[in-house]
Amino acid sequence: MPYPESIRALIEKVEKTRPARVERKKRDQEFPALKLEERDPVLRNFHPDFIEGTRREIKIGPSKGYSISNEMVDLLEAKSRVNPDLVNLDKPDYETDVLVIGAGGAGTAAAILAAENGARVLIATKLRHGDANTMMAEGGIQAADKVGKDSPYFHYLDILGGGHFANDPELVYTMVSNAPDALRWLEGLGASFSKFEDGTMKTMHGGGTSRKRMHYAADITGAEIMRTIRDEARNHTDMIDVVEFCPAVEIVLDDAGRCAGAILYNLETGEYSFARASAVIIATGGSGRLHIQDFMTTNHYGATADGIVMAYRAGVPISFLHTVQYHPTGVVFPEQAEGILITEKFRGAGANVLNVHGEQFVYEREPRDVEAACIIRECSPKGRGNGVPTPTGKFGVWLDSPMIDMLKGEGTVLKEFPGKHILFRRFGIDISKEPMLIHPTLHYQNGGLDINSTCETNVPGLYAAGEVAGGIHGENRLMGNSLLDVIVFGRIAGAAAAAYSEATGEIGRPTLEHVRKYNEELKTAGVGADRIAPMLLPDYSNPEVREKQLSKDYFGTLS
Amino acid sequence: MSENAANRSVDDLVPIFFMGKRYMVPSSLTIQKALEYAGYQHVRGCGCRGGICGACGTVYRDPDSYRLQVGLACQTVVESGMHLMILPYYPGNRAEFDIDEMQGTGGEVAALYPEIFKCIGCNACTQACPMDIDVMHYMAQAIRGDIKGVAETSFDCIMCGLCASRCPAEEVQFNVAILSRRLNARHLTPRAKHLEKQVERVAAGEFEESLRELMGKSTDDLKQLYRDREAEPQMTEDDWKPQDARYV
Ligand SMILES: Cc1cc2nc3c(=O)[nH]c(=O)nc-3n(C[C@H](O)[C@H](O)[C@H](O)COP(=O)(O)OP(=O)(O)OC[C@H]3O[C@@H](n4cnc5c(N)ncnc54)[C@H](O)[C@@H]3O)c2cc1C
Ligand code: SF4
Ligand code: SF4
Repeated sequence: MPYPESIRALIEKVEKTRPARVERKKRDQEFPALKLEERDPVLRNFHPDFIEGTRREIKIGPSKGYSISNEMVDLLEAKSRVNPDLVNLDKPDYETDVLVIGAGGAGTAAAILAAENGARVLIATKLRHGDANTMMAEGGIQAADKVGKDSPYFHYLDILGGGHFANDPELVYTMVSNAPDALRWLEGLGASFSKFEDGTMKTMHGGGTSRKRMHYAADITGAEIMRTIRDEARNHTDMIDVVEFCPAVEIVLDDAGRCAGAILYNLETGEYSFARASAVIIATGGSGRLHIQDFMTTNHYGATADGIVMAYRAGVPISFLHTVQYHPTGVVFPEQAEGILITEKFRGAGANVLNVHGEQFVYEREPRDVEAACIIRECSPKGRGNGVPTPTGKFGVWLDSPMIDMLKGEGTVLKEFPGKHILFRRFGIDISKEPMLIHPTLHYQNGGLDINSTCETNVPGLYAAGEVAGGIHGENRLMGNSLLDVIVFGRIAGAAAAAYSEATGEIGRPTLEHVRKYNEELKTAGVGADRIAPMLLPDYSNPEVREKQLSKDYFGTLS
Repeated sequence: MSENAANRSVDDLVPIFFMGKRYMVPSSLTIQKALEYAGYQHVRGCGCRGGICGACGTVYRDPDSYRLQVGLACQTVVESGMHLMILPYYPGNRAEFDIDEMQGTGGEVAALYPEIFKCIGCNACTQACPMDIDVMHYMAQAIRGDIKGVAETSFDCIMCGLCASRCPAEEVQFNVAILSRRLNARHLTPRAKHLEKQVERVAAGEFEESLRELMGKSTDDLKQLYRDREAEPQMTEDDWKPQDARYV
């Protein structure tokens, strides 16, 4: 879908203001950033987190009374997929030292480290190994490693400022101090970071950074990290087994309340099986596919909050889930690419964000929540009403990518953003010559399961790492800190789980008693009788067809 | 829900043939969403929905042509009358290796994948690549032992397996490619010295005191420090130095 005529006329306005904007950028004359005290009113009035009626208190479980998005509460107030009475726990189908649930970045890093520390590892994952949000990350990974201008001290400050100073200090400390080593680990495994001739890593700014510490591998940083560590995991077939299309649906505890494994569900045969393990690492990632408030999302197909649901039932509290991250720049047009992320690196490289008049209205490197709220304000009729109307009846704003070639030389967009260049070219748009139409999109689960700095939850033997955990990023994550989080805490969780597994010896009698109790609590509270969780996969199939799938829940020779 | 295939006008439905079976779907949808419109809930053949994971490599044919075409189901818009199938998995050979013990020579790649020499240069792989990678070219580079070349040519590979599915010589191009990229990054590219240095400084506890001091500060003090922190300008080169060097 090339831009239609109506839109081309609007692009001319952008082109008119472009030369002067490029000149200002060259002189480092930026659009003024909001002062700390100016951020609050914009957030309160325009950030989706603050819209009334979109949250409610959870009625049961370890974080009872905590108010979070309706979509997440729906899943927490739901029955198990399995009837505990029907599951045979006497004969495990799999036995291992460490069970890793979810094979994205955190899970894979954890598996490698657990294996290196002598544990036999089973990875159970919902889709294929690497079908994960980690694969989709584009922009980069932070680490304060530029000696002489940056340090963990400034990294720490930036993270707290971005997270509204609510972050867990120990977790932030752990992440920033381990960041350089995490990068070095990836470099040693052969991840191709963009470098200068002498091996110095190229780094750039991201929203909310005070130093250029965003390392990248062109515009496919996450894919490069994911495919590299996945490949490394495949070099350890003696220690690491992977079962794909077998999501976990329930944690199993032993009679002493320690973790004893998980129930897996074979998506293809419909079987449930018991994987027995003395330590379990939950690395199931985020929840964009819940489409909170009907937002489009950047997340992969399997981002449905399963890990939160399972661990919560097993007694792990949650925090920071009251804030959700909307990425400021998702595609709104063409419709086929709706929701797809346009990395912050475009703004880092100099592209302005513009309204329908081709005018700037926001500094491009505000923290994400502030940037997103400002864009929503510009588009919303309740705000300034300066959005660009799309042919599909939505509103967006311009991201002026052609500026990048003007600032950094012809061909830069093609070289630095090959992935997005191809994507738009398929639809007849050349982003080195034409700007992109964007709008905020549901992106990241800021909070999650409570962990400490060794990734332990309150359940002995149960660990969590990556996007499924909460606290590190406080109320808002900065770009590049999540890839870092999954590598740092994935590695920590792997090593810790292996050590625990070795130290703990025999586990006790496995049970799903906690699931039975949870089901009863639901009944007492009078909620969730008609819902089942975890969700596993979103259903985008045609409702008209679904209505005719009459035998979906029948028992018999066909289901 | 924005993603839901059914929430749209159905004025121009076109026929597509999914593994031979006919469905009427809106002409503006991608193959992935068209199948959902038809009633499928994908299990295999759907991963990131954004063109980077390689789960939905698709082979299709237009009605009036004998030629096979390829694309990603999440990125390719349906065409009237197309016959298609998604290839969610392709069995491919993979060699295990220990990257620490290697040097990044062409001989090492050839030893792990001796079949590269069986390539007959037919170009079927290049034609099958949905990422427009010149696959045959990187296979030729592998044969010549140009590991850096393979790494660069194959950089955008999403490991979908379509090239291997078309190869008469039974090559597993994508595994040759990732091995070469890893060797190139690890052994043929200089390591980052600043990184090594910073790892040492962290290990020596050089930042311990300043970090612990920050962790002990009140929110108001932190806010003040945050406001006052010096920002590296956008357009500077890598050798920029802050005025206040106390904490670096
Ligand atoms: C489009 C996009 C761009 C991004 N860009 C950046 C960036 O530039 N920099 C940055 O730092 N961060 C970025 N992020 C965020 C970052 O990529 C993710 O937060 C991070 O990779 C999450 O890693 P993870 O390992 O915790 O989860 P994931 O990588 O999502 O892995 C979770 C895995 O668990 C599996 N799973 C889910 N449920 C179950 C279950 N019940 N049983 C078994 N397995 C299950 C999933 O299928 C998946 O494979 C981006 C995210 C997206 C979506
Ligand atoms: S090189 Fe092969 S595996 Fe890689 S993207 Fe192209 S066709 Fe897919
Ligand atoms: S398809 Fe196989 S034989 Fe043909 S050029 Fe590619 S690698 Fe060589």
